[in-house]
Amino acid sequence: MKRIRSISDLEDLRKSILKQKDPEKITIRTCLSTGCRAKKSIKVISALEDELNNQGLQEKVEIKRTGCHGFCEMGPIMVIEPANIFYRQVKSEDIAEIVFETILKGNIVKRLLWKDVITKEYTKTEKELPLYKKQKKHISYNSGKIDPTDIEDYIAADGYLALCKALSSMTPAEIVETVVASGLRGRGGGGFSTGLKWRICSAAPSDIKYIIANGDEGDPGAFMDRSLMEGDPHRIIEGMIIAAFAIGTSQGFLYVREEYPIAIEHLSIAIQKAEEYGLLGNNIMGTGFDFNISINKGAGAFVCGEETALIISIEGKSGTPRSRPPYPAFEGLWEKPTIINNVETLGNIPQIILKGADWYSNIGTVGSKGTKIFSLVGKVRNTGLVEVEMGTTLREIIFDIGGGIRKDKRFKAVQTGGPSGGCIPISKIDMPVDYDSLREAGAIMGSGGMIVMDETSCMVDIARYFLNFLLFESCGKCVPCREGLKQMHHILTNICEGKGEKGDIEALTELGHFMISTSLCGLGATAANPVLSTLRYFHDEYVAHIYDKKCPAGVCKNLFEYMIDETLCNGCTLCKVKCPEKAISGEKKKPHRIDTAKCIKCGICYNSCKRQAVIVI
Amino acid sequence: MNIEKIDHILKEHEYNHSAIISIMQDVQGIENYLPEDTLRYISEKLELKLTRIFDIATFYKTFSLTPRGRHTIRVCSGTACHLGGAVKNLEQIQRTINIQEGETTDDRMFSLETVNCLGACALAPVMVIDEDYYDAVNPGDIKKILSSYHSEPER
Repeated sequence: MKRIRSISDLEDLRKSILKQKDPEKITIRTCLSTGCRAKKSIKVISALEDELNNQGLQEKVEIKRTGCHGFCEMGPIMVIEPANIFYRQVKSEDIAEIVFETILKGNIVKRLLWKDVITKEYTKTEKELPLYKKQKKHISYNSGKIDPTDIEDYIAADGYLALCKALSSMTPAEIVETVVASGLRGRGGGGFSTGLKWRICSAAPSDIKYIIANGDEGDPGAFMDRSLMEGDPHRIIEGMIIAAFAIGTSQGFLYVREEYPIAIEHLSIAIQKAEEYGLLGNNIMGTGFDFNISINKGAGAFVCGEETALIISIEGKSGTPRSRPPYPAFEGLWEKPTIINNVETLGNIPQIILKGADWYSNIGTVGSKGTKIFSLVGKVRNTGLVEVEMGTTLREIIFDIGGGIRKDKRFKAVQTGGPSGGCIPISKIDMPVDYDSLREAGAIMGSGGMIVMDETSCMVDIARYFLNFLLFESCGKCVPCREGLKQMHHILTNICEGKGEKGDIEALTELGHFMISTSLCGLGATAANPVLSTLRYFHDEYVAHIYDKKCPAGVCKNLFEYMIDETLCNGCTLCKVKCPEKAISGEKKKPHRIDTAKCIKCGICYNSCKRQAVIVI
Repeated sequence: MNIEKIDHILKEHEYNHSAIISIMQDVQGIENYLPEDTLRYISEKLELKLTRIFDIATFYKTFSLTPRGRHTIRVCSGTACHLGGAVKNLEQIQRTINIQEGETTDDRMFSLETVNCLGACALAPVMVIDEDYYDAVNPGDIKKILSSYHSEPER
């Protein structure tokens, strides 16, 4: 056991780990995160192990089971180092060829490289991929590179050095002031200054204080926290220990969604390993500082991402929010001063301590410092996680990194901030992405979900979708949220079903503003954002639904029909064969027709037609 | 009710009232749902009001007070999945096995649930049956996916 008993022990350990590593050794980094695992990466790795054993290469080649690389859509991902060759969508059947061609002979297996659908060019290495090229990976740097279950991998990558510095050469007050000066703002949604939160909590008079890491990532469309917890759990733990030392607490809680089993597993292993190495627990690194972390699994309530609800949930009750003040920094868990930070926020702490507040505050914009991880998903070509400097424009993120819109459709909007956020239209595509610009545009940063929509996305439906989501998640404690959501949802459902009436838009606007000003917690106070922002930018779509009884995007079932464009249909019969209602007729090689009376608008024909002959009218 | 196992769970959590959610999660892990007699037993053992336990059981989405099917279908209804057509997939599942969200088929083969977001947005639309993920699902795939579970021997 390599228990670290002093600050110098860690440096010795780091050196000895690095000494054992051979940078020239062939290492195959394969992703075992949720995305790649869903695409059977476990099977691929076991095939790889077998093949290396068969070829007697098990000593010469190292397999590294990593966390998320960010390019989840292309999973399972495999990167072969030191050449940095990037293979995508690898199947177990590809393994023999990869080992024979690439490992033994140094050749590239071209068909496994990433190919640009527009230029038809192949990209050989991971670092040359458009998705990665413009990114600035600080927080997500280790994810996809290290084995998250191996603490020594993290230590070798300068892990726990910041903790060393904090414990050996900084006072708690100096740490707090460094974080204040860095300008770091909370990454969970609120965007409050992290340092100020710490300052308030550390000044609160109490013997007992707590720290909670919020990993209850609930915003639909956001998965950077999951990825970070799965791929680099020690970074979060290190950030937590530093925060604990700064505010003077010996007990921390990690609140993680139950829907993220791999994150829970990796964090549990990380906590156990950190304890074994003397980096967590009693007398950390021989400094006399004690700190323990326990994990709480969320039980599927979105509102528990709200800090007061989360606290009540840890206390073992139904997570309903309470009014603030008092803020948790004064009175939180079991009525003691409590810091709640999002896990990505805590992931920023080690580098701020290590490289200093000046270094950090030079990254980003005036009001938003550092980098932010976004989950770029929806109708964009390259989907996955992207970490960029605050202030990067939407255009750079969606078009340069994301490669633009799929199937050459038109960009319509990008939704940020989850159910509390809003939809931003094309006219604002050159807007810098930071806390303040997003708020000005009627959206919010939220936890960093960025959902790209094209012409086939209905903005009224999206507004209804978020309200429906919140309707089920509202705890029901305060009237504005409980009843306001119900009424707004009722109106929007009517609009989507073709029963919209004159006055609906005005009623939605009035209800929305009422909810903002009177709801008890953030859930209700931001619930109207998706409606208000779509009303602001996509007013014409509401008008089309209410007055023309048409859904231009072809989403709201009562407001459109599917039809086959006879000039495009070549009579391949695919739609006819697939139609579950036998609503399509036509002879082979002759244009087909849809019987609208029989059609249930399941969309199978629309999705399966290779000539895009099925159209929405 | 497996009293031995329940007692073990309670002991592991040191009969701590604030650990009640974790206790119920563990119980559901072995029982597949939360049977009323088990909840009554926990209430007595912990000296915790039954109303509080039921409050929690009905507040959090993860808990079920009715038995679930052998296979749980979870359709992700996150934003990216919604945009990708999750509703159409859900409707196709409902048509195929004739149950609504939150219900279990008469033969106890499938339970159907929706989940807010599985965090696998890059694979949208996603559905998960037990532990198996299906990515980029469209309504045309549903019948084939579900029938593969019918032909499977009991696990």
